[in-house]
Amino acid sequence: MKSCLIVDDSRVVRKVARRILEELQFAIEEAGDGQIAMEACKRHMPDAILLDWNMPVMDGIEFLRELRKMNGGGAPIVVFCTTENDLGHIQEAVASGANEYIMKPFDTEIIQSKFQQVGLL
Amino acid sequence: MNTDVFNQLSSLVRERSGLVLTPDKGYLLESRLLPVARKWAQKSVDELSALLRSKPDPKLIRDIVEAMTTNESFFFRDIKPFDQFKSLVLPHLLKKRAAAKSIRIWSAACSSGQEPYSLAMILNEHKLQLSGWKVEIIATDLSTEILDKARAGQYSQFEVQRGLPIQLLVKYFKQEGDRWQIDAAIRSMVAFRPFNLLEDLGSLGRFDVIFCRNVLIYFDQPTKAKVLDGMSRQLAPDGHLYLGGAETVLGITDKLQPLPEHRGIYVQATPAAVPARAAAG
Ligand SMILES: C[S@@+](CC[C@H](N)C(=O)[O-])C[C@H]1O[C@@H](n2cnc3c(N)ncnc32)[C@H](O)[C@@H]1O
Repeated sequence: MKSCLIVDDSRVVRKVARRILEELQFAIEEAGDGQIAMEACKRHMPDAILLDWNMPVMDGIEFLRELRKMNGGGAPIVVFCTTENDLGHIQEAVASGANEYIMKPFDTEIIQSKFQQVGLL
Repeated sequence: MNTDVFNQLSSLVRERSGLVLTPDKGYLLESRLLPVARKWAQKSVDELSALLRSKPDPKLIRDIVEAMTTNESFFFRDIKPFDQFKSLVLPHLLKKRAAAKSIRIWSAACSSGQEPYSLAMILNEHKLQLSGWKVEIIATDLSTEILDKARAGQYSQFEVQRGLPIQLLVKYFKQEGDRWQIDAAIRSMVAFRPFNLLEDLGSLGRFDVIFCRNVLIYFDQPTKAKVLDGMSRQLAPDGHLYLGGAETVLGITDKLQPLPEHRGIYVQATPAAVPARAAAG
């Protein structure tokens, strides 16, 4: 079973994403901001990370840059999942090491097709 | 809607497009044709049927037939066929067409353009190897309305998230308000034109690759056979035909056969056929 860390400051979004990803046979961990996510990654590097952009304490892009510098941090497949839907943000994410990018709102189909593209399914 | 109206409309649609509507699809006919009825200032599908009987205007017929088509499509649909195009079909063509330096591809039911544009993006990624080559992508569909959308190359946020890798979105699309506009260079690689698959395919010429995906499923057996036989005549002896995941040639025509180990790809069944796999080996 593959593992996925869901990083989002909204409990509702985490819950929706968890339901979809559990359906797709992922073992789920949750984090409410980048810092909590960082600690989770130090304990256990997940196969995939679904990552929000705007969060308190440490936001998504800072987290991603830190992660990619970490020992073993190149491995997880990172899929951004955010309301930031302009080309500038997308380019910045890709340049910082994101593998895919989902513009909210999302549904099962979008998550499934993005996860398929990056070979997680 | 009574049986007479259903029979009248469903036979018109079948005769013009090949699309089979079984009697249990009455609700579909009703819901798709109500907007057409409104457009033609009629209150109901029954009234639309009466109008058609009294005055079979070609524009009205076209509206009815187009309203019954299903245009769902997405970029790099099912992923695998396009991966195989990259890893198998394109290398085959680069080798076998090296002298002629010409490739002709047909997207035979292109809908809103995602299929031919996906191929154009792949080809553009190989433009160095293809420099000096003549590469044609002909994209056709029955529906003129959907072809207008295809030509425009503008997609919603939802559409660009279905199948399109983010790197390609960044590379080939510009954001215009809440729409995403595909690059002019990619657009210019595809020639869109209306074409009905029930017509004689001979006018389109010879193709190295044909994508005919997710359209035959709507046809009856004899129509599928006629279209596939026609495609076999237009396909180069070493050409590749792609069908959708729920479609096959097996039990329908003996002119074509599946390419072993490459689901969804079909080649000429004659002994003269040289499948890419054998040629590459
Ligand atoms: C479901 S879409 C398939 C789009 C694309 N090939 C794909 O696989 O995503 C089917 C398309 O077939 C077109 N179509 C239906 N009957 C046709 C006919 N007789 N001749 C040409 N196109 C037809 C419809 O207008 C529609 O756009």
